[in-house]
Amino acid sequence: MHRYFLGVDLGSTTSKAIIVDEEGKITGRGITNTRANYSVAAEIAKMEAIYNARFYILKKNLETDLSWKSEYHQFIRDIENVFQYLQFKIRLDELNKLLLSNAGSYFQIKVRSSLLQHLMQILPSLETKIKNEFLQNQLGLQNQFFRDVVTGIYNELVAEKDKTLFEPLMNVFDKSITPVENEILQVDFKIMVNQAMDILQKKYKSLPDNISGDTSMRFDAELNLLKGNYEKVSDTLRDHINRVADYELHISNMTGTGYGRALLPFPEDCIRSEILCHAYGAHAIFPETRTVLDIGGQDTKAIQVDKHGLVTSFQMNDRCAAGCGRYLGYIADEMGVPVNELGPMALQATKEVQICSTCTVFAGAELRELTNLGEKREDILGGLHKAIIMRAMSLIARSGGVFNEFTFTGGVARNKAVIKYLTALVKENYGDTIKINIHTDSIFMGALGGALFARRASELAHKMVPVE
Amino acid sequence: MSNKKPEVQKEKSMLLQKEMIAGLFKDLSTAKEKGKKVVYTFVPGNITELILSFDMLPVYPEINALQSGMRKKSWEYIKEAEKIGYSEDVCTYVKCDIGMMLKGNIGPTDEKIPDPDLLLLSYTGCFTFMKWFENLERLYPGVPVAMLHTPYQEDGKITPGMVDYMVKQLKEDVIPKMEKVSGKKYDEARLSYMLEKSALSEDLLVKVLESAKLKPSPIDAYFAGVYYIGPIFTAFRGTTQAVDYYSELYKEIQERISLKQGPITPEGELKEEKYRLVVEGPPNWTNFREFWKIFYDMGAVIVASSYTKVGGVYDMGFRHDPKNPLESLSRYCMGCYTNMNIPQRVELLCHYIKEYSADGFLINSIKSCNSFSAGQLLMMREIEQRMGVSVGFIESDLVDPRYFSYANIKNRLESYFQMLEQRKLILQ
Repeated sequence: MHRYFLGVDLGSTTSKAIIVDEEGKITGRGITNTRANYSVAAEIAKMEAIYNARFYILKKNLETDLSWKSEYHQFIRDIENVFQYLQFKIRLDELNKLLLSNAGSYFQIKVRSSLLQHLMQILPSLETKIKNEFLQNQLGLQNQFFRDVVTGIYNELVAEKDKTLFEPLMNVFDKSITPVENEILQVDFKIMVNQAMDILQKKYKSLPDNISGDTSMRFDAELNLLKGNYEKVSDTLRDHINRVADYELHISNMTGTGYGRALLPFPEDCIRSEILCHAYGAHAIFPETRTVLDIGGQDTKAIQVDKHGLVTSFQMNDRCAAGCGRYLGYIADEMGVPVNELGPMALQATKEVQICSTCTVFAGAELRELTNLGEKREDILGGLHKAIIMRAMSLIARSGGVFNEFTFTGGVARNKAVIKYLTALVKENYGDTIKINIHTDSIFMGALGGALFARRASELAHKMVPVE
Repeated sequence: MSNKKPEVQKEKSMLLQKEMIAGLFKDLSTAKEKGKKVVYTFVPGNITELILSFDMLPVYPEINALQSGMRKKSWEYIKEAEKIGYSEDVCTYVKCDIGMMLKGNIGPTDEKIPDPDLLLLSYTGCFTFMKWFENLERLYPGVPVAMLHTPYQEDGKITPGMVDYMVKQLKEDVIPKMEKVSGKKYDEARLSYMLEKSALSEDLLVKVLESAKLKPSPIDAYFAGVYYIGPIFTAFRGTTQAVDYYSELYKEIQERISLKQGPITPEGELKEEKYRLVVEGPPNWTNFREFWKIFYDMGAVIVASSYTKVGGVYDMGFRHDPKNPLESLSRYCMGCYTNMNIPQRVELLCHYIKEYSADGFLINSIKSCNSFSAGQLLMMREIEQRMGVSVGFIESDLVDPRYFSYANIKNRLESYFQMLEQRKLILQ
């Protein structure tokens, strides 16, 4: 039996899970938004990583076929999307029930019936929109977390309604979303994947004869292939999927890390500091790394590692979390744009307006003032992103500087504008020869380090068993 | 888990020290009625024997501040100082001390500390001290001030010229002022007799501190160390009481050594010594127990610290010399830890890491304390490179509870201890 290892990184904004196999290779990834109930966040991230690992194993089993049957790629990608939608659907049904129940007991008795009427109109649209977004791959830059997706669409639908009911509609939503989000779903992988395939069969059947649109050439080609071929592909896949669904994915050890690690339902010896995990994860992917910068939701960490991936020293922001992920979140709220759009907007900057990065709240005030003075949003955002890195540079210097290869990890490493300024400032301060690594899994580095710690602990324990 | 607070174990030496302190504050509270003169002065570079030789009583504002911190009174005092204009960035010892004076100057034994008869600015390595005493001068108008300028060891050595300069100040300014305030003549024989006692206590203290070279260490040279240095760094150096205290303390430690026992913590003996650390910087006083607990819960023992050298680096050989009393007092003032230049400090800390077989080096940086914090990052880098040990850096404050973030400090220390653990595990 193959053994797998789990790492869970409970961050202040997102909870991540990674599963690695015996060779330390990433096989599954799961991510969700951190919520008041840490155990639920950890469990959801873990379950997602397990589902993701099953899809990974499926793709691995089909490696030969996938190399020459490109329609399989599209089908599996679609299954993963619909599988996620079906999980959303369970939660959405719960949310619908709770919304109606909370509306029925709303404290202002006179608005109850009109509130219910509005909800009866909103809820079917909410469901249809979410289904379409998943089935047509329209989620785009949005975070695919239940709360974010549902809140975004609900708000849009509420905005179209009678303004007098705005507050009651938002109140019942706020009251309903949290308990629904905090429920752990019991999902049967096999049943749900088969359901997803059934839904997709219908989708492919109803495709027009020739697909072309604003999607990529490869995507169109794959869909065209599927249009005439989906039944055959589906039959072949179903066998494989059933086998993968029955496969016992044995997690033989796990490690919890991150800001909320002490609250994870893990044994004490399975808890590791996020400093060590980020460094170990970064070192596993880029072994020549000697300096790691991690910008997470509330922490910025500058870490020095040795050739073994062992941390030799670190510095963290103290007393203030300005310049971290939540700073960007706050700015996004102030500007009324999704946080994921900040980076692309900042990349359009023609200059960087100087912004103070010592306080998140003051930066918000500065932002409004600069807007009043006529500065362009892009230029303000350019300045903000630069300010974040200027702050991080001070921590890097405190930790001893940049050596050899430099790896940037954490959720903020997905922001292209942050990368732009970081690259410029690291090279300016530590030389052009410094290699800067940013992995597509940068947000998962802590969880990866955790999973690798779990793997190493297991290996060491096995070595300690006396040979009979 | 029981909610009952663990009973703090107290040894005979601790009780002895408690009695000594209670006696001092009692004497201070009755000083005015008994006609005793009171001198306010500082711990680093203190010339306690000289004060005592005039039968005057010393008061140490930093000690009052740290005790207020431990007694959870400091915030109340700091608030008073801020109300009259002291900024957030000013050393919190100063604000706590000034605030305490404004609130009636009630000491740790709830007895009033008398107003000073002499302000003896005995150490100038920390510029804040000078400003502190300027403020005390305003608080106590008319009280004479004696300033003993202590040259900094900029070149890493004490030259004969520096000694002469200090002796001259003692002879021409400090002693005459003490004679005037106390109404007594300078008695060099008495001072020499006291310095003999000082050297005896110093010998014993060094033995106590050096016991941490053993494995397991029988003492924690930082958290318990701050209690061990109490009598010798303050009002008791040069007294028989101090010699008795250190004899008792050393006896207890010898017993611990013979039983191969670890250090005593507030929750009893530390059973397993996992990590041996050298620590730089003063501890946090407002959350002293919580701070200590993070260490002993992780099995970390501090085997040497720079803070316990702030009132004298005796383990490097210095002893008060009864044959050359004023010269010896001068050398003592200039030899204190915070009067050493950065390369000297690095040298000393590297020596500790080696001699005490430390696994790591940790800095508790106090943002408002210039004399300790300046150069700490540079020192850390240098020590890391030279000694190849894991280094850690945390930040807190002396006595302002607003700047002690338990969660942040615990998070960093946990990471640091795990660093040490992994290093041991993998490199072995």
